[in-house]
Amino acid sequence: MSLFDWFDNRRKPGSPNRESREREIADGLWTKCPACGVMIYTKDLRANAKVCPECNHHIPVYTQERIQQLIDLDTWLPINQTLRPTDPLGFRDRKPYRDRLREIQEKTGLADAVQTGVGEMEGLAAALGIMDFRFMGGSMGSVVGEKLTRLIEHATQNQLPVIIICASGGARMQEGMLSLMQMAKISGALEQHRQSHLLYIPVLTHPTTGGVTASFAMLGDIILAEPKCTIGFAGKRVIEQTLREKLPDGFQSAEYLLSHGFVDAIVSRPQLKATLAQLIRLHSPQPTAP
Amino acid sequence: MNTPVNRKPILLDFEKPLAELEERISQIQELADENDVDVSEQIHQLEARAVQLRQEIFHSLSPSQRIQVARHPRRPSTMDYIQAISDEWLELHGDRRGFDDPALIGGVARLNGRPVVMLGHQKGRDTKDNVARNFGMASPGGYRKAMRLMEHAHQFRMPILTFIDTPGAWAGVDAEKFGQGEAIAYNLRAMFSLDVPIIATVIGEGGSGGALGIGVGDRLLMFEHSVYTVASPEACASILWKDAGKASQAAEALKITAMDLKKLEILDEILPEPVGGAHADPVKTATILKEGLLRNLSDLDPLTPQELRRHRYEKFRRIGVFVESDV
Repeated sequence: MSLFDWFDNRRKPGSPNRESREREIADGLWTKCPACGVMIYTKDLRANAKVCPECNHHIPVYTQERIQQLIDLDTWLPINQTLRPTDPLGFRDRKPYRDRLREIQEKTGLADAVQTGVGEMEGLAAALGIMDFRFMGGSMGSVVGEKLTRLIEHATQNQLPVIIICASGGARMQEGMLSLMQMAKISGALEQHRQSHLLYIPVLTHPTTGGVTASFAMLGDIILAEPKCTIGFAGKRVIEQTLREKLPDGFQSAEYLLSHGFVDAIVSRPQLKATLAQLIRLHSPQPTAP
Repeated sequence: MNTPVNRKPILLDFEKPLAELEERISQIQELADENDVDVSEQIHQLEARAVQLRQEIFHSLSPSQRIQVARHPRRPSTMDYIQAISDEWLELHGDRRGFDDPALIGGVARLNGRPVVMLGHQKGRDTKDNVARNFGMASPGGYRKAMRLMEHAHQFRMPILTFIDTPGAWAGVDAEKFGQGEAIAYNLRAMFSLDVPIIATVIGEGGSGGALGIGVGDRLLMFEHSVYTVASPEACASILWKDAGKASQAAEALKITAMDLKKLEILDEILPEPVGGAHADPVKTATILKEGLLRNLSDLDPLTPQELRRHRYEKFRRIGVFVESDV
């Protein structure tokens, strides 16, 4: 058996020691990469910020893991945790919005689709917002808009840089026009932050689309993206339906946006914290010489 | 407002009972004339009934019927209103980045003796024009042209009047390639920094981010039968109901009418339309628009640039409904 075959076999689910390995999968000791299928020791995967060491696929991570990955131990202070969504329109599609909210809150343990707080990154204080795609596709309603606005206002008052980890399908339709107006509200808060010469860095992760792209995701002084994530304004299906043609390869990927000038850099997740800290340091006022 | 007098009216479904009644009245009149019979009393009663019926129909339109009025092919467009309300006007072209989007137009104008910048989405007046104007769906170049004109207004201290009438921002490969998201986002933020009064008016359809991209202002006005939506009811129905046929239910649920948005405190003022909709009497509608704009401008005039910007921020800052517990 050549070395290549051995590698190949290693990646196949049907390889010799399948039985023992499956037991380990059941225990969560091993994780299968959804992109290349390779089995990764879960501890190693976690140490690598849930990025496949073989193919660099970024497995989705959510709020708590993001905080662990980005914020120095014991420095995270969440803010505005008691904001909860309500049902201002009495919206009902195939299911009442109220029921949808209750179900997803129970399932995720989250109040809504964004968590905000302040913490340190390599000893540097920053205001951080993390969108969570599990909560109704990371959609932006009144709570997401209000929490991000308060976070930005807090940062402006306290002279802090803002970092927002974006992951969203766009505005939350169940809150109608109230959702759309959150785009303007957050953008207004960012204008004030900007007037104070403070740094704002959105980090675009899979997927960042719709009203989030058309507002705070694209308003960074510097815009970072995770490799291969989808970034776009209109959904691919919508574009395909309007144009009735197939879309170009790699369309709306982070790499596509980088090559068209809309993203500053693509950063792999294990390097994200160091990159953000480096950027914050580079934009901090220099101590004046005595 | 050059609506040719003899053009056949375009009837919406719910206007049919009215059209039938009107046709019957003219038939009776003809018959009476032929036979030399005086039916003026009866005709008078029937005509009064027709007026009443028109009012009944237009006062109880459902959200999806309002969308039909808002999308009516004869509904006055941005260009119609600009020409009707301004003393003089000159269209300006181009985003200075390589594009001139015909779906979003603008320029400098004089309103009641006062220089202003006016801009808005432009739908076509017929099929050919509509294709050229991309049905009022602006591209990134359109939003950048709008921004350039708004910065011009800021530079020369002219109030900005924007007119919203779009199904949504253009969703195409080129729109993505040239940064549709970035173009709209930039406007949303930059409009908070302008030192001059901004009044946005939804004259027809307000479609999502494509509308908001020229919609951040000190005042938001809306015509009575205009609609403003977070997502088109058709798209919403296909996503949430998994059935595009449920669009009228979605239109109801999304709360898109001027009355709904006034209740949600998103809208500042509803501009009434003539009975039968703006297209039934474009000249009168333009007068109502002009009066509304001038009145709101004079309200904003005493404010300093700093006050304008602060009030603008506070206006949007308040929007949103949520609960906050103390625990």
